[in-house]
Amino acid sequence: MMKLFKALGLTLLASTLAMGGASAQEKTVKIATEGAYAPWNFTGAGGKLEGFEIDLANDLCARMKVKCEIVSQDWDGIIPALQAKKYDAIMAGMNITEKRLETIDFAGPYASGPQGWGVLKDSPLTKLAGQGQRINIDKDPEAAQKIIEEWKPLLKGKTVGTQGSTVNAQFLDKYLKDVVTIREYKTTEQHDLDLAAGRIDAIFAAHSALKASTEKPEFKDMVIAGAGLTGDVLGRGVAVGLRKGDAELKSMFGKAIQSAIDDGTIRKLSEKWFKIDMTPQT
Amino acid sequence: MDFAFMQEAFLRLIGGIPLTLNLAFTSIAFGAVFAMLLALMRMSNIKLLDWPAQAYVFVFRGTPLLVQIFLIYYGLGQFRPTLDALGLWGFFREPYWCAVLALTMNTAAYGSEIIRGGLQAVPHHQVEAARACGMSGFLLFRRIIFPIAVRQALPAYGSEIILMVKATSLASVITMMEVTGLAAKMISQTFRAVEVFIVAGAIYLVLNFIITRIIMAIEWWLSPHLRRPPAIEPRLEAAHV
Repeated sequence: MMKLFKALGLTLLASTLAMGGASAQEKTVKIATEGAYAPWNFTGAGGKLEGFEIDLANDLCARMKVKCEIVSQDWDGIIPALQAKKYDAIMAGMNITEKRLETIDFAGPYASGPQGWGVLKDSPLTKLAGQGQRINIDKDPEAAQKIIEEWKPLLKGKTVGTQGSTVNAQFLDKYLKDVVTIREYKTTEQHDLDLAAGRIDAIFAAHSALKASTEKPEFKDMVIAGAGLTGDVLGRGVAVGLRKGDAELKSMFGKAIQSAIDDGTIRKLSEKWFKIDMTPQT
Repeated sequence: MDFAFMQEAFLRLIGGIPLTLNLAFTSIAFGAVFAMLLALMRMSNIKLLDWPAQAYVFVFRGTPLLVQIFLIYYGLGQFRPTLDALGLWGFFREPYWCAVLALTMNTAAYGSEIIRGGLQAVPHHQVEAARACGMSGFLLFRRIIFPIAVRQALPAYGSEIILMVKATSLASVITMMEVTGLAAKMISQTFRAVEVFIVAGAIYLVLNFIITRIIMAIEWWLSPHLRRPPAIEPRLEAAHV
């Protein structure tokens, strides 16, 4: 029995070495995405990964002249699995935040967009202040504080859904914890379903994801309400997550993203998937 | 291993224990009653009762609990108008009751088979002896069959109770913040999965350790026939006569 194990171990070792040797010629970069966050990344009808980030990842890999493998990974384990070296990079609508920077590095951002409220058409919460406005909490803290204070009386006692482990969950925890009941979901689709069913009064999510949902027939009664926010715990734009100290990959991704911004590829892909330009503003 | 952090994790996760135990014991209590009913249906020898019970056990034992939770919560959530009309929406609106329902239905299916096994294993001669003493019907069931069946089913039912305590961790997928839900939240804030899950695992281990001790104590209490009878003290005063 021991012999068998040894033989197996050797074969494994040999094959790993062989693979290592092959990748020296053409580096393979394994990129993780969630696969449940339309239109950023989602699993299409045929079971294949699709979306803005899938197109962008393929484009960036061509620019970096590496072979890419895109895998899907549940959102709430996406950073621990990066650290455990299950893959080398994350492209999953992940915002750069101070908190995440303590653990991982980022290259980019490659896109940015505000976060805000999704409510049902006939809800009193459609009157949340700041409709159509976009406020950066870092640049204009007073305006942000003012609008959040205006939201509080309307939100008092309501139940709000958000995806767990996200900037949105952190925002609710920081600013509205004592005002609303917060429910955390595994995916954005789940809180959409619960809003439509009437289990929760509002959801707090990225405008891009909310907009994509409102275009689906089952969520046609959902609308975006109130101002869209960026900055502070909501982060500084969506970027490629990398292990700390992976300087080579960071500079490769950084250069590739910059060139994709410069030649308009990101604008083009963003308009294809989001119907608006989400190119990060510097 | 960062013990200061693990202590912090422990202090946060114990906040989830009341909900974990609440979900487990509420569903075990409802589930046990339902399981008893199902077991009696299966043993009734009436096809009209036996078949639905068999079908129920087949479906709920044959599908994953996670799928059942999703179907009850998100699936039924899409039939709100119907549930509203039936006056059931107040129940299905709450993730707590959906979790309790799913756990109850699941444990009832497993529990009914355990109870049926216990009932069928009651030795025939004991039933005959009881009949010879003039017992029959409900009295026979209450005094002889049921206590013996419970005693025989208890080890297997104890396992089921432990499985239920662990199964409550699935309620975190429908936003219930029990121990696992809190662990997932803490990992999302600290990205330290190993330490947090070790602490969460240890909490379940301690809970289940206590539960196994309680079940063992009940088993001991129900099995006087397996214990040595207490030695009878010689009566001292008799020696002086």
